[in-house]
Amino acid sequence: MTTIEYLALPIHKRILHKITSFFCAIPKGIAHFFSVTLLNLFKKIGKAIANFFIQIVDIFATGDWKTRTSFFVMGFGHIFRKQYIKGFFYLLYEVIFIYFICTTGASAFAKIGTFGYVSKTATYFDEDVGVYVNITAKVGDDSLLLLLNFVITLILIGIFFFLWTVQVKENHELESLNGIGKSITDKDTLKSLVGQNFHKVLLSFPTFGLVLFTILPLIVMILVAFTNYSSTYMNPKHLFDWVGMYNFKTLFGLTNVGGDDFVAVFARIMLWTLIWAIFATFTNYFFGMIVAMLINRKGIRLKKIWRTILVTTIAVPQFISLLFLSKLLAENGGINSLLLKWGWISSPIGFLDDALTAKITIIVVNMWIGIPYTMLMCSGILMNIPADLYESARIDGASPFKMYMKITLPYMLFVTGPYLISTFVGNINNFNVIYLLSGGNPMFTNINGNLIDTSKVYSAGQTDLLITWLYKMVMTSTNKEYGVASVIGIVIFIILATVSSIVYGRTNAVKNEGDFQ
Amino acid sequence: MKPDKKFSYFADSKMSGGRKIREISTRTIIYIILIVLSVLWILPFIYLIIQSFAKTYEASLIIPNKWTLDNYRALFDPSFTMSLGGKDVTVAKTYPFWRWYLNTLVIALVVSVLNTVFTLISAYSFSRLRFKARKAYMRLILIIGMFPGFLGMIITYYILKQFNLNQGMPALFGLVLVYISGCVMNYYVAKGYFDTISTSLDEAAMIDGANKNTIFWKVIMPLSKPIIVYTVLLAFTAPWGDYMLASVMAGGDSKLFNVAVGLQQMLGKEAGTNYFPIFCAAAVVVSIPIMVLFFALQSYYVEGVTGGAVKG
Repeated sequence: MTTIEYLALPIHKRILHKITSFFCAIPKGIAHFFSVTLLNLFKKIGKAIANFFIQIVDIFATGDWKTRTSFFVMGFGHIFRKQYIKGFFYLLYEVIFIYFICTTGASAFAKIGTFGYVSKTATYFDEDVGVYVNITAKVGDDSLLLLLNFVITLILIGIFFFLWTVQVKENHELESLNGIGKSITDKDTLKSLVGQNFHKVLLSFPTFGLVLFTILPLIVMILVAFTNYSSTYMNPKHLFDWVGMYNFKTLFGLTNVGGDDFVAVFARIMLWTLIWAIFATFTNYFFGMIVAMLINRKGIRLKKIWRTILVTTIAVPQFISLLFLSKLLAENGGINSLLLKWGWISSPIGFLDDALTAKITIIVVNMWIGIPYTMLMCSGILMNIPADLYESARIDGASPFKMYMKITLPYMLFVTGPYLISTFVGNINNFNVIYLLSGGNPMFTNINGNLIDTSKVYSAGQTDLLITWLYKMVMTSTNKEYGVASVIGIVIFIILATVSSIVYGRTNAVKNEGDFQ
Repeated sequence: MKPDKKFSYFADSKMSGGRKIREISTRTIIYIILIVLSVLWILPFIYLIIQSFAKTYEASLIIPNKWTLDNYRALFDPSFTMSLGGKDVTVAKTYPFWRWYLNTLVIALVVSVLNTVFTLISAYSFSRLRFKARKAYMRLILIIGMFPGFLGMIITYYILKQFNLNQGMPALFGLVLVYISGCVMNYYVAKGYFDTISTSLDEAAMIDGANKNTIFWKVIMPLSKPIIVYTVLLAFTAPWGDYMLASVMAGGDSKLFNVAVGLQQMLGKEAGTNYFPIFCAAAVVVSIPIMVLFFALQSYYVEGVTGGAVKG
């Protein structure tokens, strides 16, 4: 269908066309991904690996003795070519690496299959008998430490290979430079650290923090998803073990762990998480925009005061507003008491006690918290919309609503697309609003109307999001299931990755049109 | 203002008959909406301030019968005993609020400095320096950001435990480490700002013999005051509102709580509504420094928010 044909269609047919073409494109896209994208990727990777080996072998074959020695002793060539400091650090890393492998790395690799050995013999002095007794205590390796060491070793091996390749190539370069009578000294290296290598200085510390406290824990926790790590399988009483896809199956109800209602609970929490994220993102966005437009409207005075009043609420820490409202909205809280006293209602409203009411309350409270922020953000952007666009629309006789739909909204969506995605991501993981306001309550009931045993669903409530459920599973529930919690984390990742990749594709398409630039 | 133009909230004097009436009615409606919204947004906070002075909490009264300053005193004075729900309690002993306050304040101060430095240098690297893995690094950050940050927290806690950073005062140090460790992931807003600074400035400085380090401190930083203030402000306020990570690191030790965890525990079911006025007093005390900071730096904040939304 050409653009002209498309534009000639009435609006409902256009929407239908868009929807059908979207779904028709999915199988084609998947086929394309596997047949072309993935294949090309593999070809590229294969070529890169082959090239790498050819290059390394070539360097070894043609290099002099200094270069060849640095294949085994890292930094050897550097030290003999006046780069003492750099060579020393290469050597230092190799020594530390070998030391770590010998002391912990190797044993972590050996034991990772079974997570160590259960029983250990300990000797203690038995006072009653008066002799030393050997007992077989249930103390074994710390499985979690073992897993951690395993991942650390993997990361260190990765770094080792990287540094090794780099230093081999550098040696080759130094050798050829020496051949034409030139050399690079430590002074040059240090100078490059504030020049072309400045990023290494700046990013080294942040990257170290990222690897140690974000990436390493994340990898370990993803591996935990394939183990039965929980409060029953915990050091020192028990070791945990690899269980394959068992936790994934549990979440989707293929094992009998959580009881019959578990799948239903998971599905409902997942659904509510998505509904919540969509509502929370778009209610704030649109109402914030409307408030901003009202305040910015030509001729409205006291703009600064209106804005200041709303900004005041941003300045109050969010958790205070949330805890405060959770008390006010309680069954015996301020709002119900006042409404009762004034005779507006005859019995207290369960703002946070009935599932549907609680969900609506949460979204409304979130609007109360979020609108000032969106208002602030939108008013800055609204002022940037070229006024002549509106002027020409007015001359053409467009109504205010039409101007909003055809000028304001497209412009805002175009400019704030990435912001919307990050807000959506933030809302999927919005712990504070749910946990401090409703705490996930009320509890789930099953088809018969009976309350579901909370210990079986890890204290999940009807307003829980995946993230608060995850928190409860590892922090407050009686039976802490780290494996299942980790699977939930992975599910959150999959949701976010899918949504953002779809939306990013869309916004990029919009960007290419360059309507507003 | 011209002398003949009449000052009016509702219509401009140069408008003619029918249009004037329509404009007046629209503006009246807008003013009414804005007044209603302002009341909705401000009233709860006024209620909170009033209740912080209430002798006892009565849910059905907006204005309390008896006013007192005892709620504020109870928060900070460990020798002060007051009657709550018919029982005599020393609030500052059961709930060491001043301790939580100090914890949060110190953490916020340290984190705001360190976080700002690391965020800005990361943003500068991604914005101005061209290196091989730049795009891959930014994509990696994007992917990591899609995992819930809490997921790795159990392991992070375990790692800190290996270094004995999980109990007593060292746990607060551990919490600071956790807060600042991920700051390279917050590079986005500041990078967007740096991108708008013209690169010809860098080039000019380069010709004058400046290296990258000098350019960062002497050229970029002086031009980036709004984004520096914005980053400091965000980094300072974040620890006040964090519940998840702080509750893990505290591990149930009430001396290590921050204000968010502490006040949540205080308002928990066992304490009942008796503690509500004390909570309100605590809320006022917590909000004051942040509000003062906020209003002093409001213009920078607005700039950061708008800029971040456009580029981020």
